[in-house]
Amino acid sequence: MNIADYGFAIWETFYVTMLSTAFALVLGLPLGVLLVAGDKDGILPLPGWLMHLINIVINILRSVPFLILMICVFPLTRAIVGTTVGTKATIVPLVVAAFPFVARLVETSLRELDEGVVEAAQSMGATPFQIITKVMIPECLPGLISSMTTALTTILGYSAMSGVIGGGGLGKIALSYGYYRYQTNIMIVCVVLLVLMVQAFQSVGTLWATKSDKRLRK
Amino acid sequence: MIELKYLSKTFQMKDGAVKALQNINLTIPDGAIYGIIGMSGAGKSTLVRCINLLERPTGGSVVIDGVAMETLSPASLRKRRREITMIFQQFNLLMQRTCLKNVCFPMELAGVKKAEAEKRAMELLEMVGLPDKANAYPAQLSGGQKQRIAIARALATNPKVLLCDEATSALDPNTTHSILTLIKDINRKLGITVVVITHQMSVVEEICDSVAILDGGVVVEQGSVQEIFANPKTAAAKRLVAPNGGSAARDLSCFAPDDHVVRVTFNGSSTAKPLVASLAAEKGILVSVLSADTRDLSGQCYGSMLLKLPAELAVAQQAMEYMRSQSGVTVEEVTGI
Repeated sequence: MNIADYGFAIWETFYVTMLSTAFALVLGLPLGVLLVAGDKDGILPLPGWLMHLINIVINILRSVPFLILMICVFPLTRAIVGTTVGTKATIVPLVVAAFPFVARLVETSLRELDEGVVEAAQSMGATPFQIITKVMIPECLPGLISSMTTALTTILGYSAMSGVIGGGGLGKIALSYGYYRYQTNIMIVCVVLLVLMVQAFQSVGTLWATKSDKRLRK
Repeated sequence: MIELKYLSKTFQMKDGAVKALQNINLTIPDGAIYGIIGMSGAGKSTLVRCINLLERPTGGSVVIDGVAMETLSPASLRKRRREITMIFQQFNLLMQRTCLKNVCFPMELAGVKKAEAEKRAMELLEMVGLPDKANAYPAQLSGGQKQRIAIARALATNPKVLLCDEATSALDPNTTHSILTLIKDINRKLGITVVVITHQMSVVEEICDSVAILDGGVVVEQGSVQEIFANPKTAAAKRLVAPNGGSAARDLSCFAPDDHVVRVTFNGSSTAKPLVASLAAEKGILVSVLSADTRDLSGQCYGSMLLKLPAELAVAQQAMEYMRSQSGVTVEEVTGI
């Protein structure tokens, strides 16, 4: 193990986390919006049974342990990536595990919005789509950025676990050198590097969320 | 013209139906400032939301300029709403947008070009007296300033009707006055019909021409502000006109039995003539004012006074006769415990 190996592992962890979060956001953001907008009192009420079904599916996906989920989605992974092992292959289970979580985070952030603002937009003749894109998301942006930071750090944690199915990165090194070969020092270095990455993500996220919030500007 | 015909709204709750509005019939003429007043829970906010169909009525019809609003398709209703805009108690500005962008917002929704929208928004900010706040965010403004921005925003699409839902209830008295003055100005200059929802009689008194009193989801009284003030018929109206349980109706037990105390009620007599002073000047009779609760509504006096007349019976009778001879004044004796 030399510096370059650690550097490459950091890079692998970084890009897997970033890509997975990005894909999870692509799926989770619309789903989270749907959870709020499709509500009985929402701006685009959907049939009750449909909302019920969506909620159940999200809860099921969120309650399966990640290790088991990784194995369960092998057919999907093979269909998308062509293989079930390796760094790229870990992105699929990470996205499947993360997008329902992201949807819930988005839902929570959007529910923070004062109903009066939505009502005001409706009174001006806004369409439901305009309310989503021009009111709900922009008004909740600071909260959404904070939520995405939480999602990013959680996915970082999951990605370390994916060493089990041959995913690269710091998790794999910690597992194969630290755990299987009893090289405790390597394991400690990996864990410290992961901690530093989480710290960095969190700091940047918090700073960005605060900067973007015009309610705090005096 | 806004016509509400047999308007009803019933909310289905878990523990039964709540009749928020029942058989409301109102006609609001073009260019009027029309007050809808009632205590909390009377259904005022539901009523105003029925006008632009934010709440869909469960019965009856909302007809604006001859078009029944509830028959419109969602798309044409949205288009129609640009002509019937609204301001709110909590202002409901977009907190992540500058004031200029807030005023641009309804035009953005309507597809107005950005440069054109910003030009108009600047004109509106001038009009509400806050051109220097164009690039400020709502969090940096006071309540009164936020409501001015909200008014500018409401005017952006050249509406015909402005609905004000408790628009001054979160503001202090001075700010309330300045916002009401602005609304009155807009009504006069632009000819916009204004519907004012409030629980404060002082607001109605200050700007409204006509008023409807809402109590328990029913319109219990309606008419010109002068009429209602002079002669509130229902308990709900009396409560709003004289919230302290009746004007000048003091505890009378403190007067001696042979004092001549009279209640003088003003029903629109001219405020130009000072009654108590002219009684002293013309008849040489001096009376003392025990209590008075009168209001001046566009040059006419409403309310009542308690006067203590001289002890001598003949003089007291002369004073009463003099006051009774004035138009718009009624006098009744309240002497005795």
